[in-house]
Amino acid sequence: MPDFRIREHPVLAIPESPPVPFFWQGRELFAREGEMIASALFANGIRVFGHHTKDRAPLGIFCANGQCAQCSVMADGLAVKSCMVPVKPGMRVEPLSDRPLLPDVPFEMTFHPIQTVEVECLVLGGGPAGLSAAVELGKAGVGVLIVDDKHALGGKLVLQTHKFFGSIEACHAGTRGIDIAERLENEVRGFESIRVWMDSVALAVFADRKVGVLRQGHYVVVRPQVLLVATGAREKSLVFKGNTLPGVYGAGAFQTLVNRDLVRPSERLFVIGGGNVGLIAAYHALQAGIEVVGLCEALPECGGYKVHKDKLHRMGVPIYTSHSVVSANGSKEVESVTIARLDPSWRSIPGTERTFACDTILVAVGLDPCDEFLKKAKEYGLPVYGAGDAEEIAEASAAMFTGKIRGLQIAKALGRDVGEVPPEWHKTAEVLKSRPGATVTEEIPSERSGVFPVFHCSQEIPCNPCTSICPQHAIRIEGDEILGLPTFVRDGCIGCEQCVAICPGLAVTLVDYRKGADEATVTIPFEFTRQRIKEGDTVTVLDTDGNVLGNVPVTKVREPKFADHALMVQVKAPAEFATLIAGIRVQEPWVGEPLEEMIERIEDDEIVCRCERVTAGEIRSLIRTGLRDLNELKGLTRAGMGACGGKTCPNLMKRLFREEGVALAEVTDLTQRPLIMEVPLGAFAGVVTGTGPVRDVPPIHTVAAHEGGV
Amino acid sequence: MATTVYDAIVVGAGSVGMPAALSMAERGLKVLVIDQFASPGQGSNKCAIGGIRATHSAPAKIMLCLESLRIFSTWEQIHGDKIEWVQGGYCFVAYREREEQVLKGLLTTQKAYGLDIDWYDAAALVKIIPGLSLHGLRGGTFSPGDGSASPMLSCLAFYRRAKQAGVEFRFGERVTGIMQRKGKVIGVRTDKGGYASDTMVNAAGAWARSVAQAGALDVPVHPDSHEAGVTEPVAQFLQPMVVDIRPAPGSHNYYFFQHAPGPIIFCITPDPPVVGTDRRETSTFLPMVARRMVDLMPILANLKVRRTWRGLYPMTPDGSPIVGKSKILEGYVHAEGMCGQGYMLGPGVGALVARIVTGHTVDGDTGVLSELSPARTFGGGEALK
Repeated sequence: MPDFRIREHPVLAIPESPPVPFFWQGRELFAREGEMIASALFANGIRVFGHHTKDRAPLGIFCANGQCAQCSVMADGLAVKSCMVPVKPGMRVEPLSDRPLLPDVPFEMTFHPIQTVEVECLVLGGGPAGLSAAVELGKAGVGVLIVDDKHALGGKLVLQTHKFFGSIEACHAGTRGIDIAERLENEVRGFESIRVWMDSVALAVFADRKVGVLRQGHYVVVRPQVLLVATGAREKSLVFKGNTLPGVYGAGAFQTLVNRDLVRPSERLFVIGGGNVGLIAAYHALQAGIEVVGLCEALPECGGYKVHKDKLHRMGVPIYTSHSVVSANGSKEVESVTIARLDPSWRSIPGTERTFACDTILVAVGLDPCDEFLKKAKEYGLPVYGAGDAEEIAEASAAMFTGKIRGLQIAKALGRDVGEVPPEWHKTAEVLKSRPGATVTEEIPSERSGVFPVFHCSQEIPCNPCTSICPQHAIRIEGDEILGLPTFVRDGCIGCEQCVAICPGLAVTLVDYRKGADEATVTIPFEFTRQRIKEGDTVTVLDTDGNVLGNVPVTKVREPKFADHALMVQVKAPAEFATLIAGIRVQEPWVGEPLEEMIERIEDDEIVCRCERVTAGEIRSLIRTGLRDLNELKGLTRAGMGACGGKTCPNLMKRLFREEGVALAEVTDLTQRPLIMEVPLGAFAGVVTGTGPVRDVPPIHTVAAHEGGV
Repeated sequence: MATTVYDAIVVGAGSVGMPAALSMAERGLKVLVIDQFASPGQGSNKCAIGGIRATHSAPAKIMLCLESLRIFSTWEQIHGDKIEWVQGGYCFVAYREREEQVLKGLLTTQKAYGLDIDWYDAAALVKIIPGLSLHGLRGGTFSPGDGSASPMLSCLAFYRRAKQAGVEFRFGERVTGIMQRKGKVIGVRTDKGGYASDTMVNAAGAWARSVAQAGALDVPVHPDSHEAGVTEPVAQFLQPMVVDIRPAPGSHNYYFFQHAPGPIIFCITPDPPVVGTDRRETSTFLPMVARRMVDLMPILANLKVRRTWRGLYPMTPDGSPIVGKSKILEGYVHAEGMCGQGYMLGPGVGALVARIVTGHTVDGDTGVLSELSPARTFGGGEALK
C-alpha cells in the first residue's frame, strides 16, 4: 500500500508514537496519536470524504482550518468537520453522503450550569498577534484569557518551517516560524495572570457584550472588559470549473497537512497564486519530496517576495505569470489542471491553454481577515482591538509587532501604568507591513580574490537579519533602514557563513577565492534532507532567476548548528560564474512539462457556494433580473446559508455583481448572524460531555450561573 | 410629483403586504408597494420560523389561517414555485394538569369550527413525536392539517407573482408622510419621493406605528423581540411542530419543528417580554431554549446549532391583529399588529384586504372584521397564543 506519510524532513522532527487504530467504512486504518481525522485519512490515501446531498459531487478538504465544512464526515455517529476532530482509538469514520441521522445521546445525561466568567482582557486567537499581545499584557499584570480553537498554541506559526523575514529584535527574523511559536508560548506560559483555553472556540459576540465560548465541548459565557480579536485570516476561494473536486484545496490547508501533520498528500501539485503563501507552499512541497509541476499568477509579476520566487525558479519550478486556471479536471479526484494566458482584461486567451498532469491544485489567491467579531464588538459597544491578519492582512512578522503594540495599548486602556507606545514601534509596524518594493539589478562583485558574501537579494522587503548577525559588522543597509538592500563592506569578511545561514530568502552565498583566482569555493544554503545531496555529487547550479550556469562538483556538505537544519553545501565553480551561483537545481525540467493531449474544457457549472452547491450561473441570472440584496439571493438559492456560516462565498458573490457591471454600493451585504461554527444544542443546555472542565478555578471570577430548564 | 395614480399603495413588502398586494393586483388594481429594506421580506418575514396553523382559539384567526393554509398548501401545485410546504401538523404537549385543562378546554371551540384536532394520551403522543420525554407526560393535542413552509421562499414567490401581475415596488424607501385632503388619503410621501393613491394599506409589521404616525394616526402596535435558531439538517425524524406552553424562569412557551430541508428550527418567548425594535442577538437565548428542548427531547442534545437570530412580534394590547378600514382617515386600511403570526395570517389577511379595498367583502368577513376592528376596545387576551 502506498505510504502518504512523511518519514524524513529537512527541518521537522518525525514524532514517534504508537499507531492509533480507527475504521474507515469498516476498514481498519492507523492514525498518529492526536492526529485530525482529515490528516489520518489523507495519510491513508483517502481524499474523497463524502458526496454532496444536492448533486452527489465528491467532496474532500478545502481549508483544513475549521473555516469551511467541506471535509465533514461521520465520526462515531456524529457529523463533524474532519479537520478539527482528532482520531480516537477505535473511532468509526464514515463518509457523509446523505443527511445524517439524528445523532444518538447517552442514556443518562448530566447537566452543568452555564457559567459566566469575567476577565480583564479576552484574546481570541493564540497565533503570532495574540501571543505577542498577551506577552505585553502579562508584563503589565493584566488578567488575560486566551481562547484558541486548535490543540496547540502558535496559530499559523506552527506551519511555518521557513526562517522569518523582518528584523531580529522586532520579530525574531532568521528564526523559523515553528520555533518562534515555541518561544512565544513559553513566554506567555510564564505569566501568572494569563490563562489559556485550547481546543476552545469563540462562537459569537452578543449584544449584551458577552462572548460565547465552547471550551472543550462545554459552553461558557465570557464577559471581558476589553476584547482583542487576533483571529487571523481565512483563505480566499476561487471560482473555476472543477473547483470543488477533491484535490483542490487551500495552500494553508496543504501546509497544515504537510508541516503540522507530516502527511504527504500529493505526488504532483500545481499552485494557483504567486503571493508569498503560494510561493512558500510550493517550496514546502519540494522539501516534503513532492513534485511541483508549476505555479501560475494572474498578474504580470508575482506579488510575493522575489527571493521566494527566485528560490522556486532555481529549484526548477516553472512559474507562469499572466496565467490563470481554467479548470481542474478529473471525474472523482483531480487528475490534471488546465491553465491559460490572460489578456489585459483578465480573460483567458483561447488557444493558449496548457494542461498538466497533477493530483493536487493549491489555491493561494489571497486571504480574507477573520474580522466578524471585530465588527460585531464595535457594533455592540464592547471595547475591542484587532491585531494581525484579523485587522489587516500582512506578514506574520507584522502580526507579532502589531500584537505587541495592541497589548501595550490595552494595558494602558485598563489603567496600567505602562506609558505610551514608543512612536518608533508604530513606524516599525508600518515597515513590517510594507509591500515588496521595486526590483533593482543585482550587484555582482567582480573581484576574484579573498572571501566575501554575494547577495542575490534585489528587491526591497522588510528584512535585515544578515546585518545583525555579521560578527564583523561588515554587512550594512544604507541609512540603516530595514527596507533597503544589504551591501558588503570590503575586506571585513572572515568566511563564517553566518549570513548564508540566517537569510530567510536563501539569497546569500559565500564565494571564497583564497585558494586561487581561477576557481572559487561557493557555499550555498540548501534546505533539503541529507539524502538529497552528498560530497562528490555533480549538481546543476543556477543563477538568481533560475538560468542554468553549469554542472559543478560538490566538495563538502555540512550541517552546522547555527544553520538551524539548513545544509551548507560547498561546490567548486569556475571564476566565470562563481559569483552568479544562487542555488542548486532540485527538480528536473521534465517535471514541469505539459501533457501532449489537450483536456477539453469541462462544461460543468462553476460552484460559488460550496456548502449548498450554488453555481455562478444561478447567481448571475438572478443578478440580471435586478436582484441587488445578498440576503434575497440567500433566501432564493441558499447561497451563504450552509454549514460554513457564509464565510466562504459572500466575496465571490460580490465579484459576480462586479462582473455584471453592478457597483457594490448598490448591493446590500449579507446580515451576519451567530454562530461562527456549528455547536451541539446540548452544549448550550449544559450537557456534561467529559471532554474538558465545566467549571473554572480562580483567578477568573465567576459572575453568575444561569440554570435553564423547568 | 408622481404622474402615476395608483389604486392602492401598500407599505411593507413582507408577510402581509406581499400577499395583500398580490391579491389586489389579481383583482385588477394598480398597486405600488413601498418598503424600507433592500428587498422583500427583510423585516420580520425572514425571521419567522415558518409554522402555519389554523388551530387557534379566536374565531377570526381560525378563519384567516384556514384561508392561508389553502393558499400555502396548493401554491406549489398551482404556481410551481417551491415554498417547502410540509403538512406535518402541530402538537401541543402537556406535562401538568394546568396545560392539559387549557388544551382540552379549547378543543370544543376548535372542533366547532371544523378543525381537525384531537387529544392524544401519552402513549399515543410519543408515536407522533418519537423521542419525546415520557417523564410526567400527560398527553397533548395533535392537528394533522397544520404545517410549515419557508417564509422567505413564499414571500419571494408572492413577489414574483405580484411583479407578473403588474405590481410596482420601491425598495429602500422610508415612509415620511401620508398625504391627506379633507380627511381622505391622497398619497404617500417617502424620503425619496411622493406617490398618489386614495388607498393606503399599512402592512409595516413592527414598524406599523411609525408609519401610521406619519399620517398623524396612532395604532397600538408595540413590537417585542423573540430569538430563534436553526440547526444543521439531519434525516427526517420529526413530523409536527412541537409546542410546550409551560412557563419557566425567564421564558413562556417554546416550539420547534423539522423544516423540509432537514434542520430543526426553534424559538422561545421570553418572560418578561423584551420590548422594542432591537434585533441584535443576546447571550441569554441559547442556554435558555437549549435546556428546555433537551429536557423535552433528549435526543436533540447532539444536534448542532447553525445560526440564531432575533425577530420582532408586532404586539397589540389584546394579542389580536388590527384589520379593517380606518374610521378616522378615509382610504387608510389597517393590516397591522399580527402579534408574531404575520406569516401564517398573511395570505388570509391579504385576501381580506383585497376584498375590503375593492368593496367585495363576503358574509363570513363580517365577524372577522368586527373581531379585528381598529375601533374595538383593546382588553383581555387570547388563551392560546
